[in-house]
Amino acid sequence: MSTQEHTDRGPLDRDELAARVAQDIPDGSYVNLGIGQPTKVADHLAADSGVVLHTENGMLGMGPAAQDDEVDTDLTNAGKVPVTELPGAAYFHHADSFAMMRGGHLDVCVLGAFQVAGNGDLANWHTGAPDAIPAVGGAMDLAIGAKDVLVMMSLFAKDGSAKIVPACTYPLTGVGCVSRVYTDHGVFAVGPDGVTVLETYGLSFDELAERMDVPLQRA
Amino acid sequence: MTRATVLDTAREAVDGIEDGSTVLVGGFGLAGMPFDLIEALIDQGAKDLTVVSNNAGNGEWGLAALLKAGRVRKVVCSFPRQSDSYVFDELYRSGRIELEVVPQGNLAERMRAAGAGIGAFYCPTAVGTPLAEGKEVREIDGRTYVLEMPIKGDVALISAHTADRMGNLVYRKTARNFGPVMATAATTVVAQVSEVVEVGTLDPEAVVTPSIYVDRVVRVEPRHLQVEGAR
Repeated sequence: MSTQEHTDRGPLDRDELAARVAQDIPDGSYVNLGIGQPTKVADHLAADSGVVLHTENGMLGMGPAAQDDEVDTDLTNAGKVPVTELPGAAYFHHADSFAMMRGGHLDVCVLGAFQVAGNGDLANWHTGAPDAIPAVGGAMDLAIGAKDVLVMMSLFAKDGSAKIVPACTYPLTGVGCVSRVYTDHGVFAVGPDGVTVLETYGLSFDELAERMDVPLQRA
Repeated sequence: MTRATVLDTAREAVDGIEDGSTVLVGGFGLAGMPFDLIEALIDQGAKDLTVVSNNAGNGEWGLAALLKAGRVRKVVCSFPRQSDSYVFDELYRSGRIELEVVPQGNLAERMRAAGAGIGAFYCPTAVGTPLAEGKEVREIDGRTYVLEMPIKGDVALISAHTADRMGNLVYRKTARNFGPVMATAATTVVAQVSEVVEVGTLDPEAVVTPSIYVDRVVRVEPRHLQVEGAR
């Protein structure tokens, strides 16, 4: 395997990024998609993938967002958006829902992030700003619970700094929990062996290495 | 324990809740929120409450209304900040309410532990994060865990879909959320439901919360409110 450098095109847009994540979700897996951008991944799963979506507010077999007269206020996703139920769905209470994660039954979760460290540490719940109201939701439980934790985010912050960092400066969500980071500019494996660039989009490996503060390895 | 009492009004159902009580409030956002019981509690007047709930209120309904009425001293929840949590945000920023943030799964499991007679439990969630600071840590089979204590309520206010006259409860879709856990974890459990049926009507295989946990039941008109700006 070698790093695939896609320099003949720009960075991935949001839909392309969601599609790229969806491509790596094994058929038949049980998957939790975090609030926000990761929700989009569902739109790119093949109809025959057999992937079953978990929502931490107590459901397996979640379908797409409810439209018009499908809206039922008793049926929402973790972002409180009305959703639908698919054949084979099941409901359960909150303690069961999180036991499913912690107990190692959930195959994959996809989360957004503020920062990911090269060793797989995740920061995605709190900026630590004094006036920010802390809110963690299910992020810490998901981070340590799912068998495979994928992060989906833009690679660079608004100030141009890379969000894959040597060590997180924001408060941690979980320690060493992330395995892969999918970004507009590239796909990265992270963990005890450091950061390996699997793919690049719009920038070469060398250009990425220049703009990031973590050592990068070729795949 | 005595059998559940089916009451005529939400106001009777919240009788006797004392100042300073810890109140477990069901619901995730507005799904499963016991609106009528909360409104009755505002009317009843208990104050200085500690509220345990997933969120800290949406818009000005339900929990947000209780907060706005100034009855809550402390909120224990996983996700206070939302698109429409302006009542809580204002109280928090002006230092008029205490907040304890708990990871959502720990919130559920700590109440489950209280309801199941578990003294405390070791949990891998939050290890190495600020939310584990000051807590006992232990390594078991090579993995690190944090000691988490039970959360017990004086009262639980929950919403279910159907009750029978004994207090057996059935929920509906994701409005189930924290209801079954909270029903086990409080001294007095009050359920508002859309329908009360005769004993023997519910399929025993389908009962989610058995009657042993439930003290008071009141039938209310269902409401269909949505979180504004949910994403």
